[in-house]
Amino acid sequence: MPAVQETIDQVKAIDVDQYKYGFVSDIDSEKGAKGLSEETVRFISAKKQEPEWMTEWRLDALRRFQTMEEPNWARVDYPKIDFDALYYWASPKSVEGPKSLDEVDPELLATYEKLGIPLREQEILAGVEPKNRVAVDAVFDSVSVVTTFKEELKKAGVIFCSISEAIREHPELVKKYLGSVVPVTDNYYATLNSAVFSDGSFVYIPEGVRCPMELSTYFRINEMNTGQFERTLIIAEKGSYVSYLEGCTAPQRDENQLHAAVVELVALDDAEIKYSTVQNWFPGDSEGKGGIYNFVTKRGDCRGKNSKISWTQVETGSAITWKYPSCILRGDNSVGEFYSIAVSNGYQQIDSGTKMIHLGKNTSSRIISKGISAGKSSNTYRGLVSAHRKASNARNFTQCDSLLIGQDCGAHTVPYIESKNASAVFEHEATTSKISDDQMFYCLQRGLDEEGAVALIVNGFVKDVIQQLPMEFAVEAQKLISISLEGSVG
Amino acid sequence: MLEIKNLHARIAEDGTEILRGIDLKVNAGEIHAIMGPNGSGKSTLSYILAGKEDYEVTEGEIIFHGENLLDMEADERAVAGVFLAFQYPIEIPGVATMEFLKTALNAQRKAKGKAELSIPDFMKLVKEKAGDLNVTMDMLKRPLNVGFSGGEKKRAEILQMSLLEPSLCVLDETDSGLDIDALRIVSEGVNKLRSPERAMVVITHYQRLLDHIIPDVVHVLSKGKIVKTGGKELALELEKNGYADFIEAA
Ligand SMILES: Nc1ncnc2c1ncn2[C@@H]1O[C@H](COP(=O)(O)OP(=O)(O)OP(=O)(O)O)[C@@H](O)[C@H]1O
Ligand SMILES: [Mg+2]
Repeated sequence: MPAVQETIDQVKAIDVDQYKYGFVSDIDSEKGAKGLSEETVRFISAKKQEPEWMTEWRLDALRRFQTMEEPNWARVDYPKIDFDALYYWASPKSVEGPKSLDEVDPELLATYEKLGIPLREQEILAGVEPKNRVAVDAVFDSVSVVTTFKEELKKAGVIFCSISEAIREHPELVKKYLGSVVPVTDNYYATLNSAVFSDGSFVYIPEGVRCPMELSTYFRINEMNTGQFERTLIIAEKGSYVSYLEGCTAPQRDENQLHAAVVELVALDDAEIKYSTVQNWFPGDSEGKGGIYNFVTKRGDCRGKNSKISWTQVETGSAITWKYPSCILRGDNSVGEFYSIAVSNGYQQIDSGTKMIHLGKNTSSRIISKGISAGKSSNTYRGLVSAHRKASNARNFTQCDSLLIGQDCGAHTVPYIESKNASAVFEHEATTSKISDDQMFYCLQRGLDEEGAVALIVNGFVKDVIQQLPMEFAVEAQKLISISLEGSVG
Repeated sequence: MLEIKNLHARIAEDGTEILRGIDLKVNAGEIHAIMGPNGSGKSTLSYILAGKEDYEVTEGEIIFHGENLLDMEADERAVAGVFLAFQYPIEIPGVATMEFLKTALNAQRKAKGKAELSIPDFMKLVKEKAGDLNVTMDMLKRPLNVGFSGGEKKRAEILQMSLLEPSLCVLDETDSGLDIDALRIVSEGVNKLRSPERAMVVITHYQRLLDHIIPDVVHVLSKGKIVKTGGKELALELEKNGYADFIEAA
């Protein structure tokens, strides 16, 4: 098949480019820092040539982590993670891993092919300018390998680089904001991340600037037994705007891999941040073996008045997803939004949702969550909407819809509402539906096959959220959803 | 084109027999009307032709273009040219009518080994067909059948039919819910599809539809059997005298 040949060529080209750009300086010690210890933390910090204050920050987090207990309140089930068996550092190396695509599972290849991801990788890594002009930061395992369009962004005053670089080049910004939204001791996995975070993206939009292009980070876990602990920090100064997208993939492995990221967003007066995620970590095979544990803390702080933060997420991957992108609506008149599509199939477990914390006056939030469960999966929406006693006129609208495909899956909705201000108005709507036999028959009667019919009906179900995604990614997300549900009927 | 031989069918769930030996032969180019009292099995017959799984065929066969229709899945039958305009069209929330039309058309093209229609070509085609049926752009943007009036649903069915160009059109009470003008517009749409290569089975209760879509043959179905077959004048007779005579016969 010519398409497969194309993929092979593209992947070959990536290897070549990794050499060419020489992102890896010390080829022999690329995978290191096994086990969780002070030594590991110091190793990572030294690798990144971090200043002393950063090393101390990490060590402090490690000490706190060692006193913490793993939480167990989520509706997910997995064996205890042995943090000492994990590697905390891996940087890309072209000589390892599958030598050719013949060694890679063809099913996985076919999936990537459908998604066009190899192409994207090649474009990014070869430095070919994508037509749609999206600036990209690509993170492989622990290291940011390339950031595109840096110069052009610089002209606008925008800083877009890896967090490692930001720590070295913009310490005053990092010191001021890192950990200011998600404190070091916020939760078990956030504390772990604070100690051992490897890389991630840093974005700074100066006052009054509308970022001239979409910013995007593409994460990929390649190495075996490696945790990926990325850290992203986005700061939007007064009156600025940025739209940011992260995409994630991982190869198929028998073992589970841990991904514990922390994302912090800060929006000052009149600023707006739009954060979109298309998450396609490996979900495990059809027997439920392998897959990524995706334990992520994402939080946005609407620190200034009239600020706005929107989270949009399309979650199709990971064996276990445990995340609640949240907004702290601190500034008066600030707005928080959460749009989510969570698809679970096979043995996937999802416990996801959001928290909208209304602190300022006249703050409003909107939650649209669409959960689709198939196979033997479990899909839980967990959300908290709260109004502080000073949050007069707080408004929230929540809509949670679940769609079930088949008999063996489960969907759950767990909304928490806390209001300490009598003027707050919180609305909650929830529906659970199934794809009906009549709908299927109607579509088949028009010539769609079963998979096509499910894809069509599901795409209708998630339309409200898809519309929130940047154009180009909307198409990708729709394809992803269809692919994730393949084999769920019949 | 279509030959139904001694067809017996029952409801899969509880085994109730609905069709009790139907024989029907429809040649290309012909229009057959099927009339009959409520609950006589008209919709059931149309569902069985289209491949709905709620029914079990216990005896008999259906030959369509020389092939055994009962061996084919519902989507294969659609691609082979069977189209059913539903008595009660189904809502597909969130899927714009336009999107549905495009997906269906391209699914059939793909199954026939043809390339997908380009967006401009598709738009041109839809606009032309929709215009004929007085289906507005606004309606095409709305989710299929969701909140459509009874008449709008029926027009959307005929729009799908005219886009997909099936060889066998089964119309189940397409006239119900249509106002006088819509009845004329829809009938014109159907008549436009009349061709020597195409056959139609039109299920209806009323002569008024058959005033517009003039049938070659009229059948009366009662209690799962065809009890009378005649020319177009049979419908007029029924209109005057009702089904009483034939039900006696059954
Ligand atoms: N899936 C089903 N489950 C239970 N009963 C059914 C089912 N389908 C049809 N029936 C019954 O079979 C009989 C025939 O129904 P059908 O819909 O074919 O009648 P019809 O001739 O189309 O009537 P009408 O003129 O009212 O549309 C009815 O008694 C109906 O209730
Ligand atoms: Mg009927």
